[in-house]
Amino acid sequence: MSYDLTLNIWRGDANGGDFAEYVVPAEEGQVVLDAVHRAQATMANDLAVRWNCKAGKCGSCSAEINGRPRLMCMTRLSSLPQGEPVTITPLRTFPIIRDLVTDVSFNYERAKQVPAFTPTAEQPQAPFTMHQVDVQRSQEFRKCIECWLCQNVCHVIRDHEENKEHYAGPRFFIRYAELDMHPNDALDRKEFVQDVQGLGYCNITKCCTEVCPESIKITDNAIIALKERVVDAKYDPVVRFFRRRRPRSASSE
Amino acid sequence: MTAATTTPTPPRTGPRAAIAAKTLRKDRWRLEPTAYAILFLLFVGYVAWAAWENADYYARPYLSPLYSPCLASICANVRAGSHIVHPPRVGFIGTWWAVSPALLALIIPGGLRTTCYYYRKAYYRAIWRAPQACGVAEPHRRYTGETRFPLILQNLHRLFFILALLVNGVLTWDAFESFRWPGGWNMGVGSIILTLNAALLWMYSLSCHSCRHIIGGRLKHFSRHPVRFWLWGVVSKLNQSHMQIALVSMVWVALTDLYIRMVAVGWIPNPRFF
Repeated sequence: MSYDLTLNIWRGDANGGDFAEYVVPAEEGQVVLDAVHRAQATMANDLAVRWNCKAGKCGSCSAEINGRPRLMCMTRLSSLPQGEPVTITPLRTFPIIRDLVTDVSFNYERAKQVPAFTPTAEQPQAPFTMHQVDVQRSQEFRKCIECWLCQNVCHVIRDHEENKEHYAGPRFFIRYAELDMHPNDALDRKEFVQDVQGLGYCNITKCCTEVCPESIKITDNAIIALKERVVDAKYDPVVRFFRRRRPRSASSE
Repeated sequence: MTAATTTPTPPRTGPRAAIAAKTLRKDRWRLEPTAYAILFLLFVGYVAWAAWENADYYARPYLSPLYSPCLASICANVRAGSHIVHPPRVGFIGTWWAVSPALLALIIPGGLRTTCYYYRKAYYRAIWRAPQACGVAEPHRRYTGETRFPLILQNLHRLFFILALLVNGVLTWDAFESFRWPGGWNMGVGSIILTLNAALLWMYSLSCHSCRHIIGGRLKHFSRHPVRFWLWGVVSKLNQSHMQIALVSMVWVALTDLYIRMVAVGWIPNPRFF
């Protein structure tokens, strides 16, 4: 059944912008990206919108729908309040390029700073012999599609631009956790992630977990796990006492 | 193990989309932080009052969990003239402590809950508003998170967790003692309440993220530690309900104190079942 849907889309660039209203025909079962494409095709040919797979796997069509960071291709129109306009804005945390497209290069700069996987002396090169229980732990983190919704919603940089200088963000904390949990990795990143990549800025309010389209438990399984590992390295007097008495490499555990 | 030492390059910045509204959310996002703020303020208000009251926390054979372990000598005043059914713990700290002993007893449970990862999320949202809800701008001009004093002390959660296990042991003993009545073994409503209280506190502690880490989370090789891996799986399942357990155990502690207080002042009788 077709009906008229009102879209309020933010349009503009670095010099300013405002909301533009488009009324488009919508069909049952459609997602927000379908409606945006309809507006682009029929009323706003110059509307800038980034998209690719339309299947929630490329992470391109991230935007804020009614104020909530989501993938446009995975947000069904039927899940939004019926009979009300749908507000669509670009990701707030990143510099605007035009309309719904932002410059997310902050994330790629941060990605370059992640110290690479460093194999242990026991198994210096691939193929590594690993048990499934060791592999599956980090497989959850490998589901990340780099849509940057977690980076966008994190208030540490969303509300404080100045913190971008010393805060990597949730997407990279899952990368650090993945590497730190890898049985064949020998590099100690704990103090680096705490002191240089700003793990301490995270106050675990779990917004990253709430918005993750891949349902990765970013906070519970990665960030808190990393924070606990940092406690092992820096803050736990009991661990420090036993480490002094019985020095042991973490990689051996 | 070598340590990572990369120096980061500053990220590129530029103007963001000019959107004035602090949030464009249309759902009832204020509901959750407001409900938590009310719950926490009620709980803290009640505990502060009950702790400062320094009376009516012992109704034979029940001892309020807010006053246990009762380390101060002043606790002897409560038990004087009654059947002393608890082991002699009084006088541990000395007679210099002149105010409510609950203020001592609450240091460890208070520290545990204040630094707990779940409570941090809840009160950072509900009280500190950093942020109130996802996608809602926070009101603070600066934000340094848990990198500086006093919030860097949140890293002491592990220490409070270990100490809280000792407190849980004492509260379990209190629950056991609640079955020892002056005439012999028996059971009252308070015995059930105190037993449930101890069980909930154990569940809260064992479902904690620090516990999950110590049990097995810190390992790199699950395959080399099958027992710890199995235990980690059990704690991880409990951990999924950590929020619910944290809230229920918190409310139950207050209700336990309230029940014992009402029995102590004579508002309700103190029946035994057998």
